[in-house]
Amino acid sequence: MARVVVDPIPRIEGHLRIEVEVENGKVKDAWSSGTLFRGLEIILQGRDPRDAHLLTQRSCGVCTLVHSLASVRAVEDALKIKIPPNARIVRNLTHAAQNMHDHPVHFYQLCALDWVDVVSALSADAGKTADLSNAVSGRPQSKKYYEGLKAKLKAFVDSGQLGPFANAYWGHPAYKLPAEANLMAVGHYLDNLRQQVHAAQMTAIWGAKNPHLQGHLPGGVTVVGQLDADRLAKYLYMLKEQIAFIKDVYIPDVLAVASFYKDWTKIGGNKNFLAYGDFPQSDKEPESFYFPRGMIIDGKLKSLPVDPTKITEDVTRAWYENGSPLYPAVGVTQPLSGDALKGAVPDTTSKDGKYTWMKAPRYDGKVMEVGPLAQCLVSYVGGNKEIKETTDMVMKKLGIGPEALMSTLGRIGARAIKCLVNAQAAEKWTMELVENIKKGDTRTFTEYKLDETVNGQGMGLNDVARGSLGHWINIEKGKIKNYQQVVPSTWNLGPRDAKGQKSAVENALIGTPVADPKKPLEVLRTVHSFDPCIACAVHVIDPKTNEVYEFKVS
Amino acid sequence: MDNHVDLNERLALKGVSRRDFMKFCGLMATVLGLPMSFAPRIAEAMEKKRPTVVWMHFAECTGCTESFIRTTYPWAADIILDVIDLAYHETIMAAAGDQAEEILEKTVKDQKGKYICIAEGAIPTKDNGVYGKVHGKTFLEVANHVCKNAAATICVGACACDGGVQAAKPNPTEAKSVSAATGVKTVNIAGCPPNANNMVATIVHYLLLGKLPALDDKGRPLFAYGYLIHDNCPRRGHFENQEFVKQFGDEGAAKGWCLYQVGCAGPETYNNCPIIQWNQGTNWPIRAGHPCIGCSEPKFWDDMSPFYVQK
Repeated sequence: MARVVVDPIPRIEGHLRIEVEVENGKVKDAWSSGTLFRGLEIILQGRDPRDAHLLTQRSCGVCTLVHSLASVRAVEDALKIKIPPNARIVRNLTHAAQNMHDHPVHFYQLCALDWVDVVSALSADAGKTADLSNAVSGRPQSKKYYEGLKAKLKAFVDSGQLGPFANAYWGHPAYKLPAEANLMAVGHYLDNLRQQVHAAQMTAIWGAKNPHLQGHLPGGVTVVGQLDADRLAKYLYMLKEQIAFIKDVYIPDVLAVASFYKDWTKIGGNKNFLAYGDFPQSDKEPESFYFPRGMIIDGKLKSLPVDPTKITEDVTRAWYENGSPLYPAVGVTQPLSGDALKGAVPDTTSKDGKYTWMKAPRYDGKVMEVGPLAQCLVSYVGGNKEIKETTDMVMKKLGIGPEALMSTLGRIGARAIKCLVNAQAAEKWTMELVENIKKGDTRTFTEYKLDETVNGQGMGLNDVARGSLGHWINIEKGKIKNYQQVVPSTWNLGPRDAKGQKSAVENALIGTPVADPKKPLEVLRTVHSFDPCIACAVHVIDPKTNEVYEFKVS
Repeated sequence: MDNHVDLNERLALKGVSRRDFMKFCGLMATVLGLPMSFAPRIAEAMEKKRPTVVWMHFAECTGCTESFIRTTYPWAADIILDVIDLAYHETIMAAAGDQAEEILEKTVKDQKGKYICIAEGAIPTKDNGVYGKVHGKTFLEVANHVCKNAAATICVGACACDGGVQAAKPNPTEAKSVSAATGVKTVNIAGCPPNANNMVATIVHYLLLGKLPALDDKGRPLFAYGYLIHDNCPRRGHFENQEFVKQFGDEGAAKGWCLYQVGCAGPETYNNCPIIQWNQGTNWPIRAGHPCIGCSEPKFWDDMSPFYVQK
């Protein structure tokens, strides 16, 4: 039996440490640790509620925007503000563009290198690569192009300065793609580095800049001056380009990679899924969500209703003062400090050892996986026609059934499916916005009162690139009294709870084959399939307001 | 292996023509505020062996890395593959765990005093810095090791420059800037995040002139942070005419009037957003009708907030 620690996990957002116990070539047990604590919720206390979306957005610069959306919705819920239809649509268009940026970047830049052997691409035959791209890709390239790409790659390797490709697991027996498929993928890795720049521009049309957008605030959006034909056309044009890339390149690449790794439809799965749902199509929430709210339990393909009050957070195995699991809006836990923290060294060997800064969210005491796979499954059985059609197409091409989606590979596939469907829906929403403007409706903001007489509690539930994201705010005398974020990556990558139930990633890793414990490539595959985003997951605490200064111990 | 493959050859292999490359050098000369006659010198400086860069992530959100990869002319792929030797960058690199750590150690040892360190993120210092760790070591230990042995440390973003969001009151982890935590003098490319053009231009300045650009008293390159947002703001005329947005969604907002009364920090913020804008000139906050939040000023989370109230 061997203990293997992978720290840092690269190609994610944030600081993640994964420890696995390997026996007979398979993962027998696993521990997921977030190794950074930032304390943003403490910092939010006492501030102007309208500032929270700017501050919480800094939870993550990769899934930038989404914390801003969750925050403005939480404040609007607390202050009972109804935003104008144009503001709702603009937010949906920005969020959709963010997904169009985020999901392909995850596939090409963050997870592809677990499946694609860059060094193997050097031995590809350029002509055969052109044939392959003709057969599978919507944007086939010529033999000449692949000769050039291969020469570029060779020149890079020959320079002796391998940069970000140095010292990786190249040549590992778990790499199964033929050299030609590897070369084609390297080309698309570079293509997407360019494509993502355009997707970011789409978000900047409505959000001023990317990362860290500045176009939204409680009450609506500020971009009234952007609602002109030029900007609408620019968004629409770039959207069409993005849809073409997803259809012609991203989806075919996912299918091509999947066809060589079908064994990974049996590895890395979970059975419980939660999706808050998102993309309101009217002011009725969650009823009008394009991706519906729901959950799947024990792998049964039936969407069950979600009651947010059943969400609790457990801190037994995290570096916080112990307490019973509580609903986030009333949580009272505190981070350990000083001697009690024992140097924040992960203790994965004692029964109740603490090993992470992430808390363990549970729904009705159950472990739930969140993310594009959960969104896709809930939408599949919950009446989203476009998700059903696209998922059926993908499953048919791969010769698999829905149960195969509950796996490492399924997670990667579902992300691409959702990305395409979301992008196509954005086209429809853009035209809706155009119609409103045609009718002379340019309202983007609803006025509201916020002074020392204002109190309120609110919740903003969103389903974003990495899964179900919730913000809870308590406003007292016009200021933030308490603020909590329960984020996708704590659902997926948190620790065990008091009952010893493993988190989604810890559970998914069990049974993962590990050919060489010194090169745990297969572990990376399952961990990356969740698209970990840890910066937001590592400051999730809900302290008592009046005890903030207890943390100032030095 | 030939370590000195000619840049033109490398660029040609990358499908970048000499014309494209010179266009990039011209753009960089402009961003740096240098006369266009400097473009050939920029090209010359870049035609050497790629300098090694290690990019460290501390307490941060990776927004600065994300901003960096939004660069075009050159595209991020071209910088990473052709301009610099990006030996260590946790968000991009293929290597993991021990193998990643090995690269970092080898670079610090073999290229001591020669590599450039780019730091993204603040350093928690409370309880000896245990609130942030990588490979079992605190960021404080790692920063002391990596930054002190570098030829230069360039801080990208508010967190590395002055502690950023986690250092906002009451600063629960006693997060500090890289400079304050390690004593190393740093160049500070301020902003939350900084504009990709300003990051790239600073690196190019170093490669071109062999030294860091002229800095203000906060360590910020003057080429980017030499002017107030307010001084270059296209809505400045409305400020002078006393035409203000009083409330979001009002007549003034629709007409693109000055955002000063709804909290704009432009009059107190040094940055070149109005000139270069964001995302290839797509937009920037004031154009989008949103006040500047002063993100390139130290302690802006405390000093510029509440953000939607007149300063």
